[in-house]
Amino acid sequence: MKLQVDGISRRSLLTGAVAGGFLLGFRLPAGALTNEPVQPPDLTGGSFAPNAFIRITRTGRTTLVMPQVEMGQGIYTSIAMILAEELDIGLDHVSLEHAPANEKLYANPAFGVQATGNSNSVRAFWKPLREAGATARAMLVQAAADAWQVEPDACSTAEGRVEHGISGRSLSYGELALAAASLAVPEKVALKDPEKFALIGKALKRLDTRGKTNGKVVYGIDAMLDGMKFATLAHCPVFGGKVGKVDDSAAKAVPGVRQVVVLDDLVAVVGDHMWAAKQGLDALDIRWDEGEHAELSSANIWASLRAASETEGAVAKTVGDVQAALASGETIEAAYEMPFLAHATMEPLNCTVHVRPDSCDVWTGTQVMARAQSEAAKAAGLPIENVTVHNHYLGGGFGRRLEADMVSSAVRIARQVNGPVKVVWTREEDMQHDVYRPVYRDTVAATLSADGKVAGWKYRVSGSSVLARWLPPAFQNGIDFDAVDSAVDMPYDIPNMQVEFVRAEPPALTTGFWRGVGPNNNVFAIECFMDELARKAGMDPIAFRRGMLKKSPRMMRVLDLVAERSGWGQPLPPRVGRGVSVQPTFDTSIATVVEAGVAQNGEVSLRRVTSVVDTGIAVNPDTIVAQIEGGLIFGLTAALFGEITVAKGRVQQSNFNDYRMLRINEVPQIDVHVVRSGEAPGGIGEAGVIGGPPALRNAIYAATGVALRRLPIERDLIAGKRT
Amino acid sequence: MAVTLTINGEQRLADVEDDVPLLWVLRDVLGMTGTKFGCGIAQCGACTVHVDGEAVRSCVLPVGSVVGSSITTIEGVGATPAGASVQRAWLDLEVVQCGYCQSGQIMSAAALLASTPDPDDSDIDAAMAGNICRCGTYVRIRAAIKQAAAGKQP
Repeated sequence: MKLQVDGISRRSLLTGAVAGGFLLGFRLPAGALTNEPVQPPDLTGGSFAPNAFIRITRTGRTTLVMPQVEMGQGIYTSIAMILAEELDIGLDHVSLEHAPANEKLYANPAFGVQATGNSNSVRAFWKPLREAGATARAMLVQAAADAWQVEPDACSTAEGRVEHGISGRSLSYGELALAAASLAVPEKVALKDPEKFALIGKALKRLDTRGKTNGKVVYGIDAMLDGMKFATLAHCPVFGGKVGKVDDSAAKAVPGVRQVVVLDDLVAVVGDHMWAAKQGLDALDIRWDEGEHAELSSANIWASLRAASETEGAVAKTVGDVQAALASGETIEAAYEMPFLAHATMEPLNCTVHVRPDSCDVWTGTQVMARAQSEAAKAAGLPIENVTVHNHYLGGGFGRRLEADMVSSAVRIARQVNGPVKVVWTREEDMQHDVYRPVYRDTVAATLSADGKVAGWKYRVSGSSVLARWLPPAFQNGIDFDAVDSAVDMPYDIPNMQVEFVRAEPPALTTGFWRGVGPNNNVFAIECFMDELARKAGMDPIAFRRGMLKKSPRMMRVLDLVAERSGWGQPLPPRVGRGVSVQPTFDTSIATVVEAGVAQNGEVSLRRVTSVVDTGIAVNPDTIVAQIEGGLIFGLTAALFGEITVAKGRVQQSNFNDYRMLRINEVPQIDVHVVRSGEAPGGIGEAGVIGGPPALRNAIYAATGVALRRLPIERDLIAGKRT
Repeated sequence: MAVTLTINGEQRLADVEDDVPLLWVLRDVLGMTGTKFGCGIAQCGACTVHVDGEAVRSCVLPVGSVVGSSITTIEGVGATPAGASVQRAWLDLEVVQCGYCQSGQIMSAAALLASTPDPDDSDIDAAMAGNICRCGTYVRIRAAIKQAAAGKQP
């Protein structure tokens, strides 16, 4: 397997596109669904390209184009496995390429836009990619059958060759490429029987990792161009503020500083290297016009969110008669609160741009290729077709790179610079000008039946709608389907329930998607409250949940398995507890048990984490284990430490010293078990993030009896220093 | 002014001031982008390189202080026995996710194994706690270091 997704292959992709016309030649008929393999075969370039995902040259070089971006989740390998499975080719015979910006060809079918998010890559592309692979295979078989004058059914495929078993004849895909390219693309093709999968379901080695162990892989921040300058920037520290006056005399005296760029809302210094730019920025005397949010604080934000959460919301789901059910017995109530969070991708935000009078080239790592292109075009004042975005591997995305603000600002800076310029944000700028995971407040009221089940459940999410800003057409009737995700589809069988959404936008800060998205918030509130209800019912938390999972057999199974594997019920030392959570997120059922110890001073130590996962067909099982392991750490990091706070209109955290991450010495044994399943594949890239925080909180509840209702973990409450 | 550096056994000349951190000399002046910028304040370890065999954070290391020293980066660490065994174990156990922090992780792990061929968990904690991984690959990092250590035994 040759992995050619850096500079060379991008150039060859573009050269090929121009010379052969096979990419530019793609046309979708009006009304066609995205990703339908309807591209007319191209003859001029000599490649067989029956759809947007596969190209086979006459020399047999097979290229798979990746419609979703690789940010660590292993999707390049999974996509390649799915395509290669149906195409019947070994992974050691393929090259991978980043897809170019092209909303028509590479939109995620789940969103209708070219985006990688919501754990939707395998879920949404499973069928289109299988069809793409099977279509290519069927055409190659037809080409061979025509050449041999036999029936296609008499031919078989393996390892990139078509074989005619009876006669022993065999042709490689490369040898068949030209003939296959002249055939009409079949409208329907048979997909492989999953029983015959040779790649899918095997724990295969990832295709992107070698270059990540020897320094060779190229992330956006590694783009290097001849004559390139380096820049770093400062936005007004107060959200919404503008640049007032700038004295750049000291900055220009810094060795290596070449230019100071002053825009309406930010200042950038351009130099021979990042350090010169950074020293120059520090030397600037900037007077900011702080604007209307200069007194904004976390206290203001929470006061308005709490007030909003007392109002009626838009009803997202109703079952039975919730009012009657709540009136039928003792009503138990609670409110849970979640903080702002930063993404803190390890690769700080960056974007390299070269603006010329009639064109703009952008080098970055983005989750939204087409959006990056259109934002760049807007900022450059150029038609979209004059803008080329060169995508890269992402040093983490987590939702931050679903935005294109870093592209937009870099283009605006680059318009003032002669030649290419790489704009790199400092960690401080990255953390203080993020799009933040919203603060949420979840209020919930429930009644129990005599047999220890939830009889009535009224749940209200109050918070920002990221979706309403990010994908406005998806925000309908006051409901943000992401913000209520996992609340409207709880696995529990509850006869009377209602779910509401109150849209409450915080002033000044922009909110964004954050790995685990809406379910992070809802699963936390729901699973914490389930433990409180179990205690009220005098029941074991797992037994209590089991009683309501009769209609969710997959969830019941993972819950039973996690009980067994975590040693649930076995004795523990004092001030050590086990907590459980279940989650139906992204079409994946997961049960998680966290075992944690709580010191008298409120410090919490993780002792052991166990997750059992049913994600349907596991395309690459080891990647699934890795995503859950890593996701658990990501979520538990936030639960233990994560909170962005605001004072005087500014974010108070700035770097990893005051926005803490779990480190290797704090991470416990993690056991992940993936159950075998023949169901359609579920989402996995974010799923691991979600279950850890409520399971940890429930472990603390079990260990201490303190029912925490806010994140991050409130150590002073646990220690009894505050009530 | 110009400084002469010895990087991965080769002499390299860089026209920079003495106080420029080694990280930016490597990345922006010499174009050796395998060493990563993560925080700029020695909190995350993404920029880890070896200076005379010792793991150091290049984001806070003035280039003037390493003239005459032997510098090893991720691009060259595979030429050392410890570095090669760490890289192999990283691939064998599929440690890597986004990969951005892994240059630094591998450099820290290689320095650990070079000085402590058979590290226990507390040795691993001490050597690796300065390296943050946002993807959360720590469990596999620990396992890979142990495997690399075991692989080095005759």
